[in-house]
Amino acid sequence: MTTQGIWRPDFFAEAREIDQAITTADQPSYKRLASPAAIRRMSRGMKMGMHAAQQALGETAVTVPDAIITGTGLGCSEDSDKFLRSMWENDEQFLTPTSFIQSTHNTVAAQIALQLSCKGYNVTHVNGASSFESALLDTLLLLTSGEHKNVLLGGIDEIAEQTYAFLQSAGYIKADGVRETVKNSLSPGVNYAEGAQFFSMGVDQTETSYGEIVDVALQNELDIPEAGSFLQDFLTTNDIQPTAIDAVILGYNGDENDDLFYNALQQELPLATPLYYKHLSGQFDSCSAFGLTAAAFILKYQTIPPVLYWNEKNPAKTTWKNILIYNHYRGKDHTLVLVRAC
Amino acid sequence: MSSGSIAVTGIGLISSIGSTVEENLQAIVAGKHGLSRVVNFPTRLREYIWVGEIKRSNDQLSENLDLLRPHAFTRTGLLGAFAARQALKSANINDVNQLRTGFISSTSVGGMDYTERYGSTYLTSSEWHRYIPSHSAGDSSHKIAKYLGIKGFVTTVSTACSSAANAIMMGARLIHAGRLDRVIVGGADALSKFTINGFHTLMILSDEPCRPFDKQRKGLNLGEGAAYLVLESQKSVKQGSKNVLAYLTGYGNANDAFHQTASSDDGEGAFLAMKKALAVAQLRPQEIDYVNVHGTATPNNDLSEGRAMQRIFKNEIPSFSSTKPFTGHTLAAAGAIEAVYSILALQQNLVFPNLHFNTPMEEFDMIPQTTVQYRSASHVLSNSFGFGGNCSSLIFSKA
Repeated sequence: MTTQGIWRPDFFAEAREIDQAITTADQPSYKRLASPAAIRRMSRGMKMGMHAAQQALGETAVTVPDAIITGTGLGCSEDSDKFLRSMWENDEQFLTPTSFIQSTHNTVAAQIALQLSCKGYNVTHVNGASSFESALLDTLLLLTSGEHKNVLLGGIDEIAEQTYAFLQSAGYIKADGVRETVKNSLSPGVNYAEGAQFFSMGVDQTETSYGEIVDVALQNELDIPEAGSFLQDFLTTNDIQPTAIDAVILGYNGDENDDLFYNALQQELPLATPLYYKHLSGQFDSCSAFGLTAAAFILKYQTIPPVLYWNEKNPAKTTWKNILIYNHYRGKDHTLVLVRAC
Repeated sequence: MSSGSIAVTGIGLISSIGSTVEENLQAIVAGKHGLSRVVNFPTRLREYIWVGEIKRSNDQLSENLDLLRPHAFTRTGLLGAFAARQALKSANINDVNQLRTGFISSTSVGGMDYTERYGSTYLTSSEWHRYIPSHSAGDSSHKIAKYLGIKGFVTTVSTACSSAANAIMMGARLIHAGRLDRVIVGGADALSKFTINGFHTLMILSDEPCRPFDKQRKGLNLGEGAAYLVLESQKSVKQGSKNVLAYLTGYGNANDAFHQTASSDDGEGAFLAMKKALAVAQLRPQEIDYVNVHGTATPNNDLSEGRAMQRIFKNEIPSFSSTKPFTGHTLAAAGAIEAVYSILALQQNLVFPNLHFNTPMEEFDMIPQTTVQYRSASHVLSNSFGFGGNCSSLIFSKA
C-alpha cells in the first residue's frame, strides 16, 4: 500500500514520480477489511497494514502465518498525536482510551494477529530507518532456526499531521508548496510519504516465490570512508564477489549529504546497475521495504522497470540474479540486504 | 542445561528502589518499596495515583553521565544510558568494539516525555527543536549506543510491556546464530503524562499501592526505570575469562490474539509463551523454582496469568511473586528489570516477596510468596505481557 497505490501487475508501469513535500498513499476502499464502524476507528497505518498483509497472504497458500513481525519508525503516530493533542487541549481531562490503546507501536502487528487468530511469535521493531531490516533479520533468524515455516513480515509508517509538521519545522521534511523531486532537490529536507509493505516469507520456495533473501546487515553509524568495508565484509561473509552483483538498489532521497554514501557504494560496485525508488515511494522510516519490493519484482520477472534506473548506466543483462539493497538515513541506520533469484 | 544456554556476564539497572543492583537488592530484602506520588512533573492526577518514580532529576542524571550540554537526551535515554553503562562495567568490558558487540534496547515512551513537554512550542519557536528527532523509539537506542561507543548492530524492540523480554530474546538468538559475540540487551521507559493519562483512561490504575494476586486488587501503579544485561557466547566468555552471573536458558514469545488490551480468560498467550520457554530450556515445569510473574495487579492480568500458570504447573505451582509493588510497572523496561531480579534470585538463593498481599483470589488456590524466603533456586521463570496480546517468558538458570 503505497503512494503508487496497491501492489498490482502494472505497479511500476503506472508509477508516477513524487514531487511534493508530503504525499499520501493511494488508498483503496477498505470495505472488505472490517465493519464500517471498525474502519472508522482505525488509523491509516492500521488500514494500510491490514490491507497489505491480506494481499501478501493472498498470493500464497498460507492462511495463518506462524509468526508476524513488523518494522515501523514512528509507529501509530496518528493515534499518538490525537491523544497528545487532547491531553494538551483539555489539560489532562475528558480523555478517551481509544487513541491511547491504539498508540503503542505494536498495534498493527497485534491487530493482524487478532484478525487471523495467529498466536505465534509476534514482535515489532522500531529503530528509525533500519526498522524494516531489523524485522527482516528477525524473520531470517526464525526461518533458519527451523521452528517456523512461514512468517508474515511488514514495514509500515503513516502520515500523522502533527508529527510530520514537527519534522517539517526541524527541516527533515521539505516545506509545503515546494515542488522538487529526488533528482532536482535543492531545498533542505526530503519528500516524505507513507506506506505499508507486507511480505509472506517462507522456508521453502514455492511456485509463487519472488526471490530469496540471502542475508541482512545493520549498522548504527558509518563514516563515508567506512561504507566500502561495511559492504566488503557483508559480501565476504556471503561468499560473493562484488562483480556478481547485477543491480544495486540505493536509497537516494534528495538529501545531498545522504547521497555521498550511495555514491561511495556505487564506486565499489562498478558492474552493478544502479537503481533508486524513493522518487516513487517517498521517504519514511520503513520505506526501504519498497526497495525490497522492487528487487522482488525484478527477480521474478527478470526485467527492470525503466522508472527505477538511477542513470543512463543500464546495460541490458540476460539474467538478474543477485541484487543488493543499501539504505541509510542522515548517516544512521545503514542496512544491506542481499536477494537472489530462486 | 541445554547446549543453547547464553551466559549473562553483566547487569545494570536503575529503578525507584535504587540506582544500583546492590541498592535494589537491599530494598527488596528490607521490604521497602519505591512507590510515591508523582513529584518530578506536574500532573492533575498527582493525588490519585502512586508511581515508582526515580527521585533524580534529568539534570542530575545528565551530570552523572557527564553529558555535554546542550544535549538532546530525553529522560528515557538518560535512564537507559545510566543502566547500560552499569551493565558494561559489571561485565568488565573496556573495549566495547573488541568483539562483535550489539545493542538491543526497547522502549514504549521513547522521547514522548519531552514531546509532551515542548511539542506545543515546536511550530512557533525553534527553542526546543533539538528534541524533535528524539521523539522516536529508536532515537534513545542510538543515543545510548553512541554513549557506550558501540559501532555495529543496534536496534530497538517495542511491544508494549513485553518489550525488554523480546529484546533479550532477540539478543540471545543473534548469538546462537553466530552473528554476534556479545550483546547488551534491555530497555528503558520514563514516566510521562502521556502514559499516566493513558492508563488512567483505561481505568486500570490503582489509587493505592498495588496488590498483585490479591482478591481486592484494584489495578496497577506505573513506574519508570531501565535495565540491561550483557549476554555473551561461550567463546566470548572463555576469551575474556568472564565471570558468568547466570545463564539465559529459555525464552518464548506468543500472541494471545484475543483483544488489544485485555488478556484471554484462559491465559492462552501466557500459557503458550511459558510452554515455549520451557521447551527451549528443555525443562519440565516442576524444575522451575520461582516465577517472577508479570503480576500488574489489574483484575484482568492476574486472573489470566494465574490461569495460565495453573495450566502449566497443574497442582505444583512453584513459589511466585510480583515485584511490581516495589518498582511499579516499568512498562517496556519491566522485562529487563525483572530479568535482573530473576538473576539476583538465583545468585542470592532467595525468593522475593509479593508486597501488600492480604486475601487470596477466589478463582484459584494460588498464594504468592509474601516474605523474603531464602531457598536454593536453580531455575527462575520471568513473565512479561503487553498490550496487543504480546506474551513473553524468559528462563534463567544458575551459573
